[in-house]
Amino acid sequence: MTVTDAEAPADALLRVRDLRVSFPGKGRRAPRTEVLKGVCLDIRPGETLGLVGESGSGKTTLGRAVLGLAPVDSGTITFAGERIDQAGRARRRELSRDLQVVFQDPYTSLNPSLTIGDTLAEPLFGHGVSAREARARVGDLLDRVHLPADAAARLPREFSGGQRQRVAIARALALRPRLVICDEPVSALDLTTRRTVLDLLLEIQEETGVAYLFVTHDLSVVRFMSHRVAVIHHGEIVETGDAGTVTTEPRHDYTRALLLAAPVADVAEQRRRRRAARASAGR
Amino acid sequence: MSENLPAGAPAAGLPGVPSRDAGEAGVPPVRRGGAVRRLLRNPLGALSAAVLLLLVAAAVLAPLLAPQDPAASSLGDAFAGPGGAHPLGTDSAGRDILSRLLHGGRNTLGGALIALGIALVLGVPSGLYAGYRGGRFDAAANWVVDLVMALPAMVVLLASRAILGPDVRALMTVLGVLAAPSFFRLVRGIVAGVRTELYVDAAKVSGLSDARIVARHVLIVVRGPVIIQVALVAGIAIGLQAGLEFLGIGSGSAPTWGAMLNEAFQNIQRAPLLMLWPGLALGLTNAALVLLAGALRDGLEDRAGQAPAPRRAARRHGGTVPAVTIAACGDPADRAGLLSVRGLTVAYPRPDGGGREVVRGVDLDVRAGEIVGLVGESGSGKTQTAFAVLGILPEGGRVTGGSITVKGREVVGLPERARRGLRGGTVAYVPQEPMSNLDPAFTIGSQLTEPLRHVLGLSRREAARRAVDLLRLVEIPRPEQVMRLYPHEISGGMAQRVLIAGAMSCDPELLIADEPTTALDVRVQAEILDLLRRLQKDRGLGVLLVTHDLGVVADLCDRVAVMNTGRIVEAGTTERVLRSPEDAYTRTLLGAVLDQAPARSPWQPPKARSATA
Repeated sequence: MTVTDAEAPADALLRVRDLRVSFPGKGRRAPRTEVLKGVCLDIRPGETLGLVGESGSGKTTLGRAVLGLAPVDSGTITFAGERIDQAGRARRRELSRDLQVVFQDPYTSLNPSLTIGDTLAEPLFGHGVSAREARARVGDLLDRVHLPADAAARLPREFSGGQRQRVAIARALALRPRLVICDEPVSALDLTTRRTVLDLLLEIQEETGVAYLFVTHDLSVVRFMSHRVAVIHHGEIVETGDAGTVTTEPRHDYTRALLLAAPVADVAEQRRRRRAARASAGR
Repeated sequence: MSENLPAGAPAAGLPGVPSRDAGEAGVPPVRRGGAVRRLLRNPLGALSAAVLLLLVAAAVLAPLLAPQDPAASSLGDAFAGPGGAHPLGTDSAGRDILSRLLHGGRNTLGGALIALGIALVLGVPSGLYAGYRGGRFDAAANWVVDLVMALPAMVVLLASRAILGPDVRALMTVLGVLAAPSFFRLVRGIVAGVRTELYVDAAKVSGLSDARIVARHVLIVVRGPVIIQVALVAGIAIGLQAGLEFLGIGSGSAPTWGAMLNEAFQNIQRAPLLMLWPGLALGLTNAALVLLAGALRDGLEDRAGQAPAPRRAARRHGGTVPAVTIAACGDPADRAGLLSVRGLTVAYPRPDGGGREVVRGVDLDVRAGEIVGLVGESGSGKTQTAFAVLGILPEGGRVTGGSITVKGREVVGLPERARRGLRGGTVAYVPQEPMSNLDPAFTIGSQLTEPLRHVLGLSRREAARRAVDLLRLVEIPRPEQVMRLYPHEISGGMAQRVLIAGAMSCDPELLIADEPTTALDVRVQAEILDLLRRLQKDRGLGVLLVTHDLGVVADLCDRVAVMNTGRIVEAGTTERVLRSPEDAYTRTLLGAVLDQAPARSPWQPPKARSATA
């Protein structure tokens, strides 16, 4: 399914059109593996677009392509009216002010040998903030993600997964970006921690008006977090729509299968879903 | 790169910075320079560092320390013994040995320094660049490096001596070029690994320049191995140089330890003692360098050892210690026939000698044909409980109390051999990460048949037929073909089916599954859950399912036990626990489930939103 420009919002902050990304195949002569096959999507300022898919669907690659971490074969990525798909290193560095990321794994996304303060100050130094101002900003950032101020002098290994993910969120917020790519930010976290991190992300969006591209495999998380949801399957967006619509009355068979396969914590309801899944699979 | 963020103490002294800023209170956890301290705490490290320091100081201060000019000879004093004006005696030309030894150290160590410097300057930056950027430079550099490494060092040195003349510095420069590839390879390999780390991606997205990313994130990782390599290469450079001089093809005039050896060797009949001093100097230096490299490596590895233990510790078959207090557990009639756990405690030793209890008094029952869920968050002790039942607690962990019976037989304190028999027969295990539990070097078929032949004593053909049956049992299509595949050729869901097939191979009665679907996509998860359900129905299998996912519990489990901080806080039928939880923690857990949470309302333009607010 493609998004025609007629139904696309005119005021999009991020606009992706017919994006194609491929990686070299294994072996010298092997054909390239197409990971994204003409993806279109839009995100408006302050909006959360949930991107749902299974492993290998290309959802993470899409986020990385927007960040300039994956090579774009063809198609366009427009951010705030400017083409960024072929932006050079220098332009990318400037763009980092507006475009940030929170990765899935809070254990490897923080350098184990840098203190939390050093990690948080990193983006500030990259943009010429003085050491003194950086220190003050680090304090503010820790406060914003509800971590104690003395966390700045400590190393990542002294923190739990949920706390580390808060640090990663604080780092993403350091430059007051307009769009944050959240790549499975809560998948590695426990159930109760997950909820508090999601609430934090919502709270920050309320306060700052930042937009999120929220990449995940979990439909219940995406439903809770997103204004709109896009479902990606084998490198193509198969369905987009309001979170409520897509997660209750999906139009595409794949979305329906995904929805019915996710177990819910209610025995009777889960039994009903299982029957429905079997019925729709047997069709 | 000049303004590194002053973390902790140094910042406190800056004018205008409030004193409580920069976390004075929290300074101690930062342990920079810890490697140096650890090195000096190691007696061999401290000793070798001291010896090296002494040697270097002696060489540097040679002009001040030496009693006379090393070249000044008086033939009348030739072969004079130690004493008087010559503390170590004189050589065949009547030159003072101590003076020559000190000046020789200057030349020898200086030469090694030249070689090292050149090797570092050539090898490290090019390694950094090739590893970080890759591409054409990397390919070209590798080609050059392969070429240089293919050259025999001694022959090149001899040839360059013939061309460049007898000059130590020229020779050492050539040696530096020859040694550069070892630094290049070391650095390139490490950097290529670090480059793919998420924190490097995060730094890129943070807008840091490449030079800065390398300085902050990459150098820190490369530093340790390079320092170790420096010590080793220095030793080699000194040895090679001495070797050349000893053969008489070094610099003719300047005193070096190698030249002294050469000269001593020519007079070994008349004055054997002449060999001692340069030999001692060379031996001491090289020994100190090698020991220092070893101590450095230990120091740096020690640092790695301090990092938090991997989240999933290596599973070692640590036998349970027999000193267990088996609690009196009431009426045995209350206990389930298949698996019954009463008052189980599991503890890990703490450095201070005490024990850290991770499972504290757990009671659990699994009857034949029943699926019991053990639910909890990370650190709740649910996996430790399962490991204790299986008898595969990681290194250090042991059952410190309670009782576990499998089919009425007490297994706590059972010898490892009997335990193993139980694991192969009555009890089977399905792990969490299907891929990392299959050996990538062997085909699926060989991994399935090997235990069949070993444990059940089947012939090769029988085992193969049995394995195909097992694959059919777990609903793998075309099992004969799958037998020939390697783990990387199958999907995660398929791998988990293979592991379940392996678990079913000895016809177990109790299956312990540790998060069997956590690493899988939801649609594959649904299939695996269906498979487990069918196995339980068809074979009357009892299943203990360890999971964090309440949806999985609702889907599969008859009963559920909720664990928190080592204790079971609530247990009951799945329906009852999920519908009307009695414990506060269970309620918190269910409250965090997003199934029933309303979908977020559609986006509104910022203006409209502020108007309605």
